[in-house]
Amino acid sequence: MSKTSRTGITMPAQAKKGAIIEIRAIVQHDMETGYRYTEDGKRIPRDIIRLFTCQYNGEEVFRADFYPGIGANPLIIFTTVAVASGTLVFKWAGDDGYEAVNQAQITVP
Amino acid sequence: MNLFVFCFRVLLLLVIVLGVDSSQALEAPKDTRQSSYYLMTPENRAMQDDSNLNPALFWVMDGLKLWKEKTGNKNVSCASCHGDSGQKMAGVATQFPKIQKGKLQTLEGQINQCRTSGQEAPALAYENKELLALTTFVATQSKGLPIAVQETPQNKKDLQLGHQFFNERMGQLNLSCAQCHQDRAGLKLGGSLIPQGHPTAYPIYRIEWQTMGSLQRRLRNCMSGVRAQQFEYGSQEMAQLELFLMWRARGMPLETPGVRP
Repeated sequence: MSKTSRTGITMPAQAKKGAIIEIRAIVQHDMETGYRYTEDGKRIPRDIIRLFTCQYNGEEVFRADFYPGIGANPLIIFTTVAVASGTLVFKWAGDDGYEAVNQAQITVP
Repeated sequence: MNLFVFCFRVLLLLVIVLGVDSSQALEAPKDTRQSSYYLMTPENRAMQDDSNLNPALFWVMDGLKLWKEKTGNKNVSCASCHGDSGQKMAGVATQFPKIQKGKLQTLEGQINQCRTSGQEAPALAYENKELLALTTFVATQSKGLPIAVQETPQNKKDLQLGHQFFNERMGQLNLSCAQCHQDRAGLKLGGSLIPQGHPTAYPIYRIEWQTMGSLQRRLRNCMSGVRAQQFEYGSQEMAQLELFLMWRARGMPLETPGVRP
């Protein structure tokens, strides 16, 4: 896996104050478990995402630890409450210095 | 009485006596072919339909990047000849496998042909990430278009051989493609429904594989399932079987990039 990869965020661009919003975050990653072997018996080293976080205007609102049982190209769907206009920053960090960042804006009138 | 007129009268009488409704006879038989998309759960269908959920879109984006990347001794990209957007590739995937310079060529084979002759770059191995990305990118341009493989004097022989492979029993289980995917389509094998086996969405993102895969990978899957010696990737037999399957699915819309469980 390269040091970073493609990500995608789906969430509403606008929401009423106090509304629950659904956020979908997908990331391109092989999620190599570390339990597989090559044809000539060599162990393929583990290469997975370890941590996903979402910060809403600098405050962490969601965090998930990943383990080898999680499939490739993981999609996380979670909710949060729209409190104010601003930026949501999504970060994925993993083995071998892997890091991916994405962000999205939300307007709360 | 003129023989022709006599025959006509007899026929007319027969039609009346037997009550054959001629309008029914002229009507085309109802198409009972079905993409395995319709056998999927609503969740999996949504995954294919929603561009924000479909993981195959990552390969489409990678494919677009590769499309524009200059490579090989000639230092040209796919885009140099075929245009930046790839839109000129609309309809291309619906015609493959196709006879090119006297040889039956799959879409993957044609991409490699372009690489080796047009770009003078090394051919990509089957199931290689880059080849899958390029194939997915090209095939996606034909999304929604009907599969347009026809029988022609050039491909007739290959089509016949492909048909033969489809009907041929193989492996220790001694099963043919047709026994499951034609005769028993819609019934169950283990817990899952047997699909009709129309290659309408390839390359597919198969959740079981956790990645994209070509039609040939899927075909090799079944071959190992019946304990048969698998056809080699990129072989002529594979191309012929692919050709027959695409011909069998002619007119059905292409769904690439598809998601399958």
